[in-house]
Amino acid sequence: MADNVIEARGLLKTYGSQRAVDAIDLDIQRGEIFGLLGPNGAGKTTTILMMLGLTEISGGTVQVLGFNPVREPLEVKRRVGYLPDAVGFYDHLTAHENLAYTARLLAIPRSQSGRRIMEALESVKLADVAGKRVATFSRGMRQRLGIAEIVMKQAEVAILDEPTSGLDPHATFELLEMIRGLKRAGVAVLLSSHLLDRVQSVCDRVALFNKGKIALMGTVVQLANQVLGAGHPFLVEAQGADIAGALRGIEGVQTVVPEGEGGWRVMADRDVRAAAAQRIVSVGGSLTRLADLQPSLEEVYTRYFQEARHAA
Amino acid sequence: MPRSAVRVGSPFTGLAPVFMKELSDHLSSMRMMVLTLFVIVFGALPVGFALQDLRNVVVSDPYLFLRIFTVTPERVGLSFIVALNFIIPLMAIGLGFDSVNSEFNRRTLSRVLSQPIYRDALLLGKFLGGLTTLAVALVALWLIVLGAGLLLLGLPPRGVEVARGIGFLVVAIAYGGVWLAVAMLFSVIFRSTATSALCALGLWLFFFILWPMIASAITIGFAPAQVTSIDQYVAIQELGLALQRLSPGTLFSEAVVGLLNPETRTLGFMLPMQMRGAIPEAPLPLDQSLILIWPQLTGLVAGMIVVFAVAYVVFQREEVRA
Repeated sequence: MADNVIEARGLLKTYGSQRAVDAIDLDIQRGEIFGLLGPNGAGKTTTILMMLGLTEISGGTVQVLGFNPVREPLEVKRRVGYLPDAVGFYDHLTAHENLAYTARLLAIPRSQSGRRIMEALESVKLADVAGKRVATFSRGMRQRLGIAEIVMKQAEVAILDEPTSGLDPHATFELLEMIRGLKRAGVAVLLSSHLLDRVQSVCDRVALFNKGKIALMGTVVQLANQVLGAGHPFLVEAQGADIAGALRGIEGVQTVVPEGEGGWRVMADRDVRAAAAQRIVSVGGSLTRLADLQPSLEEVYTRYFQEARHAA
Repeated sequence: MPRSAVRVGSPFTGLAPVFMKELSDHLSSMRMMVLTLFVIVFGALPVGFALQDLRNVVVSDPYLFLRIFTVTPERVGLSFIVALNFIIPLMAIGLGFDSVNSEFNRRTLSRVLSQPIYRDALLLGKFLGGLTTLAVALVALWLIVLGAGLLLLGLPPRGVEVARGIGFLVVAIAYGGVWLAVAMLFSVIFRSTATSALCALGLWLFFFILWPMIASAITIGFAPAQVTSIDQYVAIQELGLALQRLSPGTLFSEAVVGLLNPETRTLGFMLPMQMRGAIPEAPLPLDQSLILIWPQLTGLVAGMIVVFAVAYVVFQREEVRA
């Protein structure tokens, strides 16, 4: 219990006979960035809404910072910042006025709220447009304003639902930097996404959702080992001679799969790249590329769902 | 869920900020300007003509000031209170038809509800904000009429006339509250603002145009072919009246007539023999008029509360997500 900010046990949400969230167990620790991944409709947003007490819980329990969101939603919502999917603000109000409204809802004393709002806007680089109406804001600016709201709230936990969806790469990069900033400030971050490579770069741990269940949970490397198998994958590009045959002859190589024009994807039980380079050169091939493949979340994700579909 | 259904914390946490925001939004909005224009056109016209008519009246009338509200000017054919009977619902619908679903469509609802606030406070704050806006507009209109009366008639209203006028304001606000609650109910039920506006306006038209016809049709249907006794006749009349009174507009006009026409002795059906001994044209004192209209006022307030309660229940069960 000590360092878990969110603890879910057998958390269940049913719509009629359909189980949107099917008895999941989940622990989120203080100061980590945790990613909820999965296809649309897998139950990520429902899980988040149950943690905030915004939708009823059909079964199981969830504790957020030691509070029960069903019985004490105000205590939970006072301490947890939430950035909904495609967050909206009041268009006819300025950025500052929007946050001022939230500050009043949070009952932040008037003497502090002005300073806290400006500090929050500065932290997301929106201070210079504080007096502009939100109607003129881009999608990325609105998301940043949402982060500013969490900063102003001085939340202990930040829950971000699809924070990077619909953003251009630069805006995504900036937003992820701000999420890292939240972590540096000691905030536990729970984010849901399907933009895997982006998520991979910020998340300490991830949980893979599939049809309301958590299919896999752990660090990216743990997941990769679980799904892709332990091993050292690498990519070879070379011309001339029978490259595939040469690669297969190396001790420790398990599979060699052609990938693209003149490329092979090699899986070995240990790091055999030096031996592979030597071998290709010795059989008269010209080696153009030899790259170690980091396990990518995208690969884990794709592979997992392929297998899940085959199994079904 | 049921084992821990008791919530902790006041349902009114955050009510004041929501109320203040709604009020400032309404008062500064373009929509409010349009509604004000509307009220001025439809309210000022009958009042202006009524004042012209009243200036030509020579008989001394102790309630001359109240006549501004009730007299039907020859050239317009519409008294101020009849105009208000349909302006007030329109204003209330205009203020309430998108109060909840626009938050949803702008995607601000889940963000606001993730702050430490219950849905109770959000809905009640919105309702009170709208009602206060309506009250502000009505009080302003009332003061304008009073001012115009002072200027054009050249005599100040008596205390009792002001008191009756204030009673009229209270009834008007309660009437507005009913329609505001109706508009908010539709804004909770329908995600599309156009649909909710259409439904609220449709209901308003129904009560305004169709309901009187339907009510009399039902009454005729229940009436026996041959009325054989006075009791029977009274029963039929009372059924018709009871049906008419299901429309908030009927309650409003009855209450207003009772307040602004001090001569009104009854709002229901009265047989000539019951009038025996009454001094015709003699005004009732204020407290008797208040007793007379009390059921109507209570009916309006009760209607407002019931409709709001339904909206509240629907809103509590609604899913926040798209």
